Amino acid sequence: MAKLLHMPEVSANATHAAIQNWTLKEGDTISAGDCIAEIETEKALVELAAEEDAVLGKILVEPGREVEVGAPIGVLFARGETGVDIAALLAKAGALAAANEPAVDDAPVLQPRAEVTPAIDAHHRGRVFASPLARRLAAAKGLDLASLKGSGPNGRIVKRDVEAAPVAGAVVAPTPVSTIGFDEVPHSGMRKTIARRLVESKATVPHFYLDVECRMESLLALREQVNQSAAKKISINDFIVKAVAVALQQVPAMNVTWTETALRRYHQADVCVAVSTDSGLITPVVRNADSKTLSRISADVAELAGRARDGRLRPEEYQGGSFTISNLGMFGVEQFSAIINPPHAAILAVGATQQKPVVENGELKVGSVLRCTLSVDHRAVDGALAAQWLAVFKGLMENPLGMLI
Amino acid sequence: MSEMQFDLIVVGGGPGGYVAAIRASQLGLRTALVEKAQLGGVCLNWGCIPTKALLRSADVLRLIGSAGSFGIEVGPAKPDLKAIVKRSRDVAAQLHRGVDGLMKKHRIQVFNGHARLDGPQRLKVTGEQGDLSLNAPHIILATGARARLLPGMEPDGKHFWSYRQALVPDSVPKRLVIIGGGVIGIEFASFYHALGAQVSVVEMAERILPVEDHEVSAHVAQALVRDGIRLYTGCALQGSKVEQGAVQLRLEGSSNETLQADVVLVAAGIVGNVEDLGLEGTGVKVQHTHVLVDEFCRTGEPGVYAIGDLAGAPWLAHKASHEAVICVEKIAGQNPHPLDPRSVPACTYSHPQVASVGYTEAQARSAGKTLKVGKFPFAANGKAIAMGATQGFVKVVFDADSGELLGAHMVGEEVTEMIQGYTIARGLETTEAELIESILPHPTMSEAMHEAVLAAYERALHC
Repeated sequence: MAKLLHMPEVSANATHAAIQNWTLKEGDTISAGDCIAEIETEKALVELAAEEDAVLGKILVEPGREVEVGAPIGVLFARGETGVDIAALLAKAGALAAANEPAVDDAPVLQPRAEVTPAIDAHHRGRVFASPLARRLAAAKGLDLASLKGSGPNGRIVKRDVEAAPVAGAVVAPTPVSTIGFDEVPHSGMRKTIARRLVESKATVPHFYLDVECRMESLLALREQVNQSAAKKISINDFIVKAVAVALQQVPAMNVTWTETALRRYHQADVCVAVSTDSGLITPVVRNADSKTLSRISADVAELAGRARDGRLRPEEYQGGSFTISNLGMFGVEQFSAIINPPHAAILAVGATQQKPVVENGELKVGSVLRCTLSVDHRAVDGALAAQWLAVFKGLMENPLGMLI
Repeated sequence: MSEMQFDLIVVGGGPGGYVAAIRASQLGLRTALVEKAQLGGVCLNWGCIPTKALLRSADVLRLIGSAGSFGIEVGPAKPDLKAIVKRSRDVAAQLHRGVDGLMKKHRIQVFNGHARLDGPQRLKVTGEQGDLSLNAPHIILATGARARLLPGMEPDGKHFWSYRQALVPDSVPKRLVIIGGGVIGIEFASFYHALGAQVSVVEMAERILPVEDHEVSAHVAQALVRDGIRLYTGCALQGSKVEQGAVQLRLEGSSNETLQADVVLVAAGIVGNVEDLGLEGTGVKVQHTHVLVDEFCRTGEPGVYAIGDLAGAPWLAHKASHEAVICVEKIAGQNPHPLDPRSVPACTYSHPQVASVGYTEAQARSAGKTLKVGKFPFAANGKAIAMGATQGFVKVVFDADSGELLGAHMVGEEVTEMIQGYTIARGLETTEAELIESILPHPTMSEAMHEAVLAAYERALHC
């Protein structure tokens, strides 16, 4: 018997997701476990696997279109089944799911809601504050108001917010935009998430910044020694991951995150490493980094970064942790300060190791220096504590044997 | 030279400057204001407010003149120019003291003197307190504008006036020619005509109040001409000379007459007060006497901002005040919306009054929009008939596709007090649906505002 295929909840708390592409076409036979489609969530690309043998009867949502989790995206026929009344199937599902699902007739793709105002309010928890003009323009563009961020008083959605939003779905003609001198790249789910989270962080998390210089002679010497016998080269960044994790264990009050009701203290040091990919930034997490060997950390980071660049991280591989490392040293950046990656309490911005004049016992010398800037969530961690942690971190970097014991 | 440090300094105490200072103080910034003349600026001392006082006297005179039509017998009314001018000055003085009090209330330090930029984040103030050096990371320039002078017609207080002399006349000129048919020119035309002057208005554009909707301009022109004011539109001034105590003005264009005037009032636009502010060598860019700014009033020089008339059109006090708030809130790290010029209402206090907001019909058409236009005359409004105020109409322009209220245009009695309804509607982004559903009180002239919306959708009830 024919069944509807629904948009799964591929990552926690995601209300929407988009089909990146259908790996099968209508009429293709499916065996249980086959990949039917790739779904782009806010953070990663996930494969949608078939639960049982079937035939992909009908595709309801074209690639790139963001739909709500739970919305029908396709119809699966039983093998050999014919004469399926798709409209009836959808109508039945629609009736079950309450009156707010889009009306469907014989149209191959979902039509935007004709009447936005009541549907939006009924569908989403709480009221969506939007001007009448914004509601009407959103309806004309086929946009879900709840997906927009309002810039009016108290976050009210106004005309300019709707005008700034990309048009959803190919069924609506895009507003004509002059393309002289520029072109527009629609935001990916990942880009939107990065934007939303970083704005939220910078606007709501009270950041403060601590700057430290680490002398790198000992660490560089140790690394050279280690790499002489290591199968795979250990990078400076691997040492930094390790040093951060050990410092978090030594100053456990730093290994926390802020929640509205309580301060969450972590038992293990899970350190996230910011990885730049073509579609944006993602922060895979190295679990238990304090108790891992340098070569294991190195292998973990390489493996996670590789899959991050392919967009194939699983949610549990980028969620959690209390601390992020962002390293721009390979680009020759000397020093920068980073935006905290919520809900983390801190992020360490790492620059390049540079030869610099240093004063040692009153004498001018040339030293190898690494500058690190720690951004801290002041709600969770006070200045003195962060400074204490940074001193431990600096100590480990300058006497790296300390992190190996 | 003594030095002082502030978070924010405002240069100019007009409706832009003093509002900026109050908002900054409300947001916890240590604020100073430098004013070289009087707090309140032109608006309060030499513009909006004193002209309204004069025009009120003209209204009262006009009303007494028409007392018979209301069944009231009175003797001939006789204006006392000296008392009219005194009342106008008293009103300005009262408000001036009010601004002074506001500065004290908000703990804004006021310096009397001339300020100019003196290096980054630094102002040098020359004034009665001696030379001072004031420092602040944020400096808002709000020095306003002044009347544009025409060569050979510089104000001499005798034959040639600017608005300043026109506000404090010793006598009513017999023949007054006003150069400029914009808001200022038309308001003074109404005032001096009411006091008995023979008034002519010369305007280069094809119509008076050229920024208003065509139908509004035409209606006001018709009303002024019917009252006996002469309008010379589409006319350039060819030359002027003073002969036997009168000015001869040669016109060229749609009329080639030579006008005789006892006094010529020059109201031909304004120029920004950009001189001697120390802008040379900074990143502040000046174009046609106005400072170029971005949507949050930032100039090309970091930490230097410009608001109000100094920063360009429209030359309106409430635009200056709104820019002041936006500019200061942005400085304080808030997230204000940029000013939408289409939501700035404009008022002309002539007889009849004019008020408008947003697109004129012609502007909306040339922006390529599909329109729904509605019009309702006050002659069909019960309250207006009862009041004897049937002159004028209300006109609204909607976007047929989205229902957005693009513009509203009103002529008639006290329309300047009613335009706010449409301004709020635009600000809240209502469509025709909410306006149609709104209940307006009966009997009021504002019912015409509702009827005009209904008319745009072919649903007017009383027309």
